[in-house]
Amino acid sequence: MKSFNFGVLLFLCWIFLSGHLEPLLLGLGVASVALTVFLSRRMNVIDHESYPLHLSSRFPGFFLYLFREIVKANIDVAKRILRWRGASVSPQMIQIPQSQETNLGAVIYANSITLTPGTVTISLSKDSLTVHALSKEAAGKLATGAMSKEISNRVFDQ
Amino acid sequence: MIIDILSWICLVAGGALGIVGGIGIHRFPDFYSRLHAAGITDTFCATLILLGLGLQAGWSIAAFKLALIFMFLFFTSPTASHALANAALHSGLQPRLDGDEREGSS
Repeated sequence: MKSFNFGVLLFLCWIFLSGHLEPLLLGLGVASVALTVFLSRRMNVIDHESYPLHLSSRFPGFFLYLFREIVKANIDVAKRILRWRGASVSPQMIQIPQSQETNLGAVIYANSITLTPGTVTISLSKDSLTVHALSKEAAGKLATGAMSKEISNRVFDQ
Repeated sequence: MIIDILSWICLVAGGALGIVGGIGIHRFPDFYSRLHAAGITDTFCATLILLGLGLQAGWSIAAFKLALIFMFLFFTSPTASHALANAALHSGLQPRLDGDEREGSS
């Protein structure tokens, strides 16, 4: 069932990317999709994590939140860069607890932190994250764990 | 007309942010903080430029392709930043943290 969904998604991608509806090209598309699905099945990569369709209806809300955070952080970092008297940075290395239960949640959390300018996840373990932050404010904001809570609420509905 | 103006605003703002990111890479003190400056180019700059191009493309296959580019950029750019930072830490590059004495270039 999962492979079937995967195949349909791949085929839609094929149609939208090529834009041609001739039988020959559609036939080539079906062949390459079939080959891809076959290989993915053999490699065992079609599972809950590489292919989280069950969560896809919940992503838009989270992306909206993430996008707002990214815009805010961008403005902050751009201001620091353009400060006339030397760039005003106070780099920090902090450890923050990793409170997501699933691997997928942890990856989303770490990636969201890295996507927000001003904070980069340097290493990730089972229960903590090492983060390099550009400023005290960014580090302080991260230490409150607000983003982790948003992920739990918006993506996993806990 | 309005769409043209909007798309130009997006393109110009995106380009300006790219320049700001570039300036940041020169101004920030060490490797790790430079990653943050590159983060601006990765995220908002790319988003604005793709949005501007998408407005120019209208509802077409090109717009769909731009959306795909946006999506892949969103997934891959944090992975790349993380890989760089992790590799730097593993090979022993210490970040210059707030409160350290200012040393010469090392």
